[in-house]
Amino acid sequence: MQQTREHTLKAFDQDLERLRALISQMGGFAEHAIGESMRCLVQRDLEGAEQVILDDKKLDALEIETEKRAVQIIALRAPMAGDLRDVVAALKISGVVERIGDYAKNIAKRVPLLENMGKIEPLSLLPEMARIATEMVHDVLDAFLERDAEAAVRVCQRDSLVDDFYDSIFRTLLTHMMENPQSIGQSAHLLFVAKNLERVGDHATNIAEMVYYAATGVHMTDRPGKSGS
Amino acid sequence: MNDTATALRIRPMDAADLATTSTTGPGAIAMRDLNFYYGKAHALKNVNMTVPTHAVTAIIGPSGCGKSTLLRTINRIYELYPEQYATGEIVIDGRNVLERRYPLSDLRRLVGMVFQKPTPFPSSIRSNVAFALSYYEKLSKSELNDRIEDALRQAALWDEVKDKLNQSALGLSGGQQQRLCIARTIAVKPEILLLDEATSALDPISTAKVEELIHELRERFTIVTVTHNMQQAARISQRTAFFHLGELIEFGKTSDIFTNPHEQRTRDYITGRYG
Repeated sequence: MQQTREHTLKAFDQDLERLRALISQMGGFAEHAIGESMRCLVQRDLEGAEQVILDDKKLDALEIETEKRAVQIIALRAPMAGDLRDVVAALKISGVVERIGDYAKNIAKRVPLLENMGKIEPLSLLPEMARIATEMVHDVLDAFLERDAEAAVRVCQRDSLVDDFYDSIFRTLLTHMMENPQSIGQSAHLLFVAKNLERVGDHATNIAEMVYYAATGVHMTDRPGKSGS
Repeated sequence: MNDTATALRIRPMDAADLATTSTTGPGAIAMRDLNFYYGKAHALKNVNMTVPTHAVTAIIGPSGCGKSTLLRTINRIYELYPEQYATGEIVIDGRNVLERRYPLSDLRRLVGMVFQKPTPFPSSIRSNVAFALSYYEKLSKSELNDRIEDALRQAALWDEVKDKLNQSALGLSGGQQQRLCIARTIAVKPEILLLDEATSALDPISTAKVEELIHELRERFTIVTVTHNMQQAARISQRTAFFHLGELIEFGKTSDIFTNPHEQRTRDYITGRYG
């Protein structure tokens, strides 16, 4: 958004680009993990779920790499202003994306426990909820790469949609539990899945706030034209 | 700041540093429509800014932007050169110091300056500090000794030199020499200290000592420092002014300038995107 010119020191640009590329790569893994865990849940794919759990290690490794590089850039390049805000944002975002990966892993872990699950209404709502939450993660990381503060605001606004899904699934599952006490265990698992997805949306919102600050130097809560606070 | 921060009594990090600073007190430097010319070269263009008291103001910018010229203008060193002149006003304590009838000796006492390379006189440590004191004030021997000790203490040099006051100042290390120059400057109790790249010829440890000294002195003086070292400007100043090609581009709190500057040219310069 604001950094258009290149640094006089070219290697500094390369360092920042590599840091962004890492965040981008982490985002790709996290999106894939959520999508896969939901596919495995719906299709009862135990092997696929196992793979999602194993793949989470990649996210952990990338987070460590991001942290190392960010600290290195701070130590060696002494970034200032927008650059500094970008590096700090990358450092924080990597932690949040890693957490999003953990939610995908958590969903994948429930797949074997739901193997004998019958047809439950929320199972049709969950993939759509997952799609929106994943899209938020995708769009907010794009906003980070593009330094697009407005796109970050739009991601935040979508969070209420995910929350609505959660409320609706919560009520449906509660009704289902009362009507089918024999499947309370499975319903509870599905409730956790919904909760995990709801948290993914919250985390995307948190990232959006980091992106907004990195791009503008103003916190989203203090942004001009925002009503109330 | 938002309501929650207020409720939690979270103060800005620089609140303590900025608490006592003032743009109207004695020693504040108000520049109005200030222009400076080296013959035909227009080196400062319509500068309007007020340097506050009891704070360090850093002047940053690329070579040739007018940083050093600004310091030279404040203490009228330029008058030594006939083709150089300033227009506009620099008001200190209610008087325009650029006016010819403002006595230069008064200005020298009001405004002290320290240069890039330490410039001790080739004489004893004591006489380096005593020189200007004896010029401006009639002091008894014991008063003079007190003032010398006081100045050296303020410059954080006393403990290192108290047993060798009569030895040559040229025997001191570069960092000690620079602190001696600061002691010499503050001995006559000026209101304003101008530092022109005062640490750029020093090693990191001496630099750190001088920076710590500047930090302590800011409570008693208006300090203006010119530096190419942006990290240093960020470390020691509470206000930063960015100059480019003789123009004041941006002037604000150091914490704002280095985290969220408003002008594109400031951003490019402090993030290393120039030339």
